[in-house]
Amino acid sequence: MKKLSEKPEIYLVPLVFVVFVAVWEFLIKFLEVNKVILPPPSAIGSSMVTQFQSAFFWSNVRVTTQEALIGFAAATIFAIIAGTFISQIKIVEKVALPYLVGFQAIPKVALAPLFIIWFGFGMTSKVVMAATIAFFPILINIIEGLKSADEEQIRMLRVFGATKFQIFRKVQVPNAMPFFFAGLDVGLLLAILGAVVGEFLGSQVGLGSMVLTLQYNFDTAGMFAILLVLSLMGILAHSIIKAFQRKFAFWGENDHIVGT
Amino acid sequence: MSTNDSVIQDVSKEASWINVAGLHKIYNTRTGGKTHALSDINFSVKRGEFISIVGPSGCGKTTLLNILAGLISKTEGSAKISGSEVTKPLSEIGMVFQAPTLLPWRTILENVMVPIEVQKKDPAKGLEKAKELLELAGLNGFEDKYPNELSGGMQQRAGICRALVHSPSVLLMDEPFGALDAMTREYMNLELLRIWKESNQTIALVTHSITEAVFLSDRVIVMSPRPGRIAEIIEIDLPRPRTLEMMSSDAAGVFVRKIRHYFNAANVIE
Repeated sequence: MKKLSEKPEIYLVPLVFVVFVAVWEFLIKFLEVNKVILPPPSAIGSSMVTQFQSAFFWSNVRVTTQEALIGFAAATIFAIIAGTFISQIKIVEKVALPYLVGFQAIPKVALAPLFIIWFGFGMTSKVVMAATIAFFPILINIIEGLKSADEEQIRMLRVFGATKFQIFRKVQVPNAMPFFFAGLDVGLLLAILGAVVGEFLGSQVGLGSMVLTLQYNFDTAGMFAILLVLSLMGILAHSIIKAFQRKFAFWGENDHIVGT
Repeated sequence: MSTNDSVIQDVSKEASWINVAGLHKIYNTRTGGKTHALSDINFSVKRGEFISIVGPSGCGKTTLLNILAGLISKTEGSAKISGSEVTKPLSEIGMVFQAPTLLPWRTILENVMVPIEVQKKDPAKGLEKAKELLELAGLNGFEDKYPNELSGGMQQRAGICRALVHSPSVLLMDEPFGALDAMTREYMNLELLRIWKESNQTIALVTHSITEAVFLSDRVIVMSPRPGRIAEIIEIDLPRPRTLEMMSSDAAGVFVRKIRHYFNAANVIE
């Protein structure tokens, strides 16, 4: 067992939080800030407690989660298919690359109004938004992972008579796993972002539309509460992906992972 | 090239297991020029014989090994293993690489099993053979460990087990002990001789170390660079089993000096 002094972050992290919240609370009271501009942490806390007891809130959590997860799953499947073809077939890579660079340059959030026109105000437009925004980092990491397999490992397999497919399956795919999970990690967070952005633009349900409703009512504390919930969802998503990564890509070094 | 010709005549056709004749390799360089990597290579190796290929950097010894492994094509001439021309990797061949080149996501046993899987050989038999080899290499108890849990020397021993698991008749070794410290290297040399005695492969070892070549081999092929040619093939008639003490004997010293002479002539300090 390590002594506390060797891992000061164990108590420093909560301490910083407590001090931050206390100073925030104090300053709001002391400077008499309007709670519509910036609510005190106590108001945000009590708003969260109220929300947690409402069935309406939980149904919104479910909607946003659903949109993000379906979008994320679609993005992952398309990224795996596209990434495999692009990394394995030279001509596909050469043709696809300029389009991918062009696609990456589009601020994906700006596509949301278009998706509303195409797919309506229902869940589909949010799923498409989530998928579009999550797709790219997953794809790039898959391509990078499949292409960065160690030349010596490939040479080793060739000496033992491996076919191209065997090299793909036994060296390239395992080698891509740490990259794949890094892509999933970023992708899942972006899928949540995509779903919320979609909801901002036109929706009756979901956490994004809840934020808007609370804004109309000048319930800033309520908005903060939802933001906190979204952050918690993000942290949960990140930990789930990390847990899978530790299990299925335990050998990975994270130095060469491509970010967003 | 009278020395090479006499060697070919010495070895009868039936007895030679590796046969290289009139082999040339010319690379096209990026700038449009040509590099003559190997020029008129002739030698043959008897079944169960241990030969080493030494020479300064750039003499084409790794190129030669890659041609025998079926990894790169030859420009001219022939390279045969057990009578058939090498045009692609043969299951007849096992290879040990400079780095252990183990797959980090596989356990030691799973790594050793790679050739069995790739060549779709009987997994039950392969497993038996793999365990037998790991035992022979002193790696019993490490079957379920991952490569990064083993020392460099142990990883390379696992690499040797992998090269032998499909019972190849030829073992090609590409500077396998170059990355190890001197003590481990000597120990690995002894281990290799022990494993060779049990499995009786025909071995072709590429090495930078003259003493290692003399210690291990029946014959040493000395190459000279630009273009890579065989300078001489030296028969090492030291008795077997070889011991480390033998290496400080006058007889061994004569061989080492003789080979070093070629290196000095090529202006390369080893």
